[in-house]
Amino acid sequence: MTADLRAITPELLLGVLALMLVVLDLVTDPGRKRIVAWVGVIGLLIALAPSAALFFNPSRLVFAETYAVDPFAAFFKLVAITSGILVLLAAMEFYRDQSTHYEGEVYSLVVFMVLSTVLLSAAVDLILLFLAFEFLSLVSYVLAGSLKGDRKSNEAGVKYFFYGAAASAAMLYGFTFLYGVSGTTNLYHLMQHVAFLSPGFLGLAVMLVLAGFGFKISLVPFHQWTPDVYEGAPTPIAAFLSVGSKAAALAALVRVLYVAVPPQGWVTILAGLAAISMTLGNLVALPQQNIKRMLAYSSIAHAGYMLIGVVAVVASPTLVGSGVGALLFYLLAYTFTNIGAFGVATIVGRGLGSDAIADYAGLSRRAPFSAFAMAVFMLSLTGIPPTALFFGKFLLFGAAINGGLLWLAIVGILNTVVSLFYYFGVVRAMYLMPAPEGAAVLREGGVARVLLAVTMVATIVIGVFPQPFIRVVNAASIIGRF
Amino acid sequence: MSAVLSLILWLPVLGVMVLMFVPRDRIETIRLVTLATSLLTFGVSVGAALAFDRAHAGTMQFVELRPWIPAIGVTYHLGADGLSLPLVVLTTLLTLLCIVYSWRVEVRPREYMALFLLLETGMVGVFLALDFVLFYVFWEVSLVPMYFIIGIWGGTRRIYAAIKFFLYTLIGSLAMLLAILIVYFNAAPRTFDLLALIQQQPLARNLPLAIIAFWGFFLSFAIKVPMFPFHTWLPDAHVEAPTAGSVLLAAVLLKLGTYGFVRILLPLLPQAFAHLAYAVAVLAVIGAVYGAVVAMAQTDLKKLVAYSSVNHMGYVMLGVAAAAAAAGRPGLAGAAVTALNGATVQMLAHGVITGALFFLVGVIYDYRAHTRGVNDFGGLGARLPVYTGITMLAMLASLGLPALMGFVAEFLIFLGAFQVYPALTVLALVGVVVTVAFFLWTIYRIFMGPLNSRWAALPDMDVRERWALVPLAALMIVFGLYPRPLVDAINLAMVAILGSIR
Repeated sequence: MTADLRAITPELLLGVLALMLVVLDLVTDPGRKRIVAWVGVIGLLIALAPSAALFFNPSRLVFAETYAVDPFAAFFKLVAITSGILVLLAAMEFYRDQSTHYEGEVYSLVVFMVLSTVLLSAAVDLILLFLAFEFLSLVSYVLAGSLKGDRKSNEAGVKYFFYGAAASAAMLYGFTFLYGVSGTTNLYHLMQHVAFLSPGFLGLAVMLVLAGFGFKISLVPFHQWTPDVYEGAPTPIAAFLSVGSKAAALAALVRVLYVAVPPQGWVTILAGLAAISMTLGNLVALPQQNIKRMLAYSSIAHAGYMLIGVVAVVASPTLVGSGVGALLFYLLAYTFTNIGAFGVATIVGRGLGSDAIADYAGLSRRAPFSAFAMAVFMLSLTGIPPTALFFGKFLLFGAAINGGLLWLAIVGILNTVVSLFYYFGVVRAMYLMPAPEGAAVLREGGVARVLLAVTMVATIVIGVFPQPFIRVVNAASIIGRF
Repeated sequence: MSAVLSLILWLPVLGVMVLMFVPRDRIETIRLVTLATSLLTFGVSVGAALAFDRAHAGTMQFVELRPWIPAIGVTYHLGADGLSLPLVVLTTLLTLLCIVYSWRVEVRPREYMALFLLLETGMVGVFLALDFVLFYVFWEVSLVPMYFIIGIWGGTRRIYAAIKFFLYTLIGSLAMLLAILIVYFNAAPRTFDLLALIQQQPLARNLPLAIIAFWGFFLSFAIKVPMFPFHTWLPDAHVEAPTAGSVLLAAVLLKLGTYGFVRILLPLLPQAFAHLAYAVAVLAVIGAVYGAVVAMAQTDLKKLVAYSSVNHMGYVMLGVAAAAAAAGRPGLAGAAVTALNGATVQMLAHGVITGALFFLVGVIYDYRAHTRGVNDFGGLGARLPVYTGITMLAMLASLGLPALMGFVAEFLIFLGAFQVYPALTVLALVGVVVTVAFFLWTIYRIFMGPLNSRWAALPDMDVRERWALVPLAALMIVFGLYPRPLVDAINLAMVAILGSIR
């Protein structure tokens, strides 16, 4: 047993960076806290390189077989760090000229959150998994409630905490079932025992574990916190919750299910949950008037789509038809698209002091760049080519059909049609509705423009030239067997 | 590898990129850039048509095959044959004429022009794509600009009409996506290449699954055509769209549906199509008769033309369904080819004629009378001689007067379909009678009788409007009198498509 520190270079970098930011925040004058964010962005950019390098390392388990170093984990490191960078940019826009006492802390906590998601997506031991999960949860609670003077933010923090505590407890209880019968907390050792469990017992354990992951993923029926927390939390934080923590929880879920539990009853249960999540999320999103609540229900629906990738457990020679590959591609596309959409929500919310979709009226005249970017994101979320999530949906539905789940693909398609209506509600407001009389031009900050440009270009490039991304995803969709 | 098809396809996008750098208030520059782009695109497509080897119109020419997403076997595969090339030329011509007609649009001209060019790329792409994913991408790309064209520049109920159009067609597209995936996963080796799949016939031995896939494609194409009972988006979209939008909607976008039937559904799933051809033919005949009868009841000129489209597309679908039923049946091979030839000529004829009719409605509504009520006019014949002449020509062509383009098409369809579905064809002829009646009645109400004094000062068509309409009028006459070069090319393509059905 040796401590292979080189294998966790990205984690070490992130940890050092986060601590550095805490100190930097202490010595930075109020009003100049942006420096903290810039250092964070640069640090995260640097951390991308060693994470990408892990793609080319042989897969192995380190630290007493509790932590995986494989392309799958490396992919999620990249996703987490990228979303961290984008969220920091959005947060800079959020606090532009409206600095609070806690601005610097938020920046450092975002980096901690990135670290926790990185840990969660690579843990292969139930204990480490739970610790990473709690780490992520605690940081999220604090960040959701970080607008201390804002009652809705307070509500978001408290609500998230109570739901989260219950979900973690259920998950931990599920872990004790698995540990109790096998005497091990390691997923790869667990695998050999689980096959002999009675289906009812195993089903109960899986359901309890699912409560925890489902909570983080915003899966129905563990989703109730989502709209309130997204609405109350600072918009950039909501963006991270909808992308970064969802991705990490999905990674952990996939690893637990694929490594430790043979594909039996849970496939049907999860397929049902996927269908319910999509349908409920989309239907409830229809009447939403607030952009953040709309995006919250949209994120519940997208959790449903993503779950298709988890249940389509089937091998395929090409990526068309591989469930995990489709899921990873979808997550990559969703990261850029959804953070971009929240970025526009940040800009507009800051400029107008309102998150009502009706107030987006005439945005194409008041802020043409933001409006155009938002239109691209809405197209992508609907799944219209040539945008990134079109290929995401294409691959997911392909996986469903290949896995013999034609009905699930049909549910997905009907839901896509429903979703067009509310996504295009935003486009309609921006482009078809006139701006109110005497409405001033809305100016995005420079950082916000960079954020929108990056996310929009990525959304289009992934949609037009998906080849390199598909190759990366293909390499990453192999979960190490040790 | 020739790149002429790529040139036709991407020139409009290039034009959009140039437009992005033109300042918003330089309206004249914006118009000229757009005109130059669409003129150039049209020129290249005509050049391709001239270089096209008509003796081999049944094989794909100017083929381009490049890797696009090799990881999942998706290629950038373009090609044109006697079916797609005329439709491409129709598209580029009508886009050009729409730009000419829209010279006076003053609301957000830059966005307007850019959207029309994007729409052109989407439509041309559908006709040229020979890879399913590529086809699907262009199919969807052609939706988005039309949403904005209707939604921003449309009439009073534009927002409702725009989203209705989008929702209807999206349901269809996604059903097609499922069907594409079903076909893909049953092919061996798996491929998205249209021609390879047609040769492979992956679902030939699995009729139940083939029927599921059939309904997926059918829903998509039938909504686009639109066939009864999926036509309800059409009157709203047509009436609310701005004139140029209505023109492209009727003349080209509807053809995407019929093109899909002929290019994809017929050769890819022939057994399933033959199995269900009678149902399709019945819907087609209902559409033809229903469209004609409802058109007769309209007093809004634009709605009247819109419903006449439902009627005419019913004939196209009757021809396609008859061909599907007859394909592979010995003794009916000739009937199948005739019906399919008629259907394809009707696509082109309807594009030219109905495109012209929507322009003509716009001429009177947009800049002159500001009313479309058929009963509000009367006696315009003496006041507007040029307008009257072209309108009467287009309406007579639309009702199928011999020596005009519409006649050739309908005659071939009925000739072919009668040998397959005699009873249904006779029923469809009822539609023809009603069409004749309502167009003649409309001509009477608008142009004959005493001049309504409200319109005493109405000016005749100006130069720009003549430029938009005279080419279409000329085409109606030329191909009405001498359809042979067109029909010959189409015939070879249809023989090839039907020949691939075993």
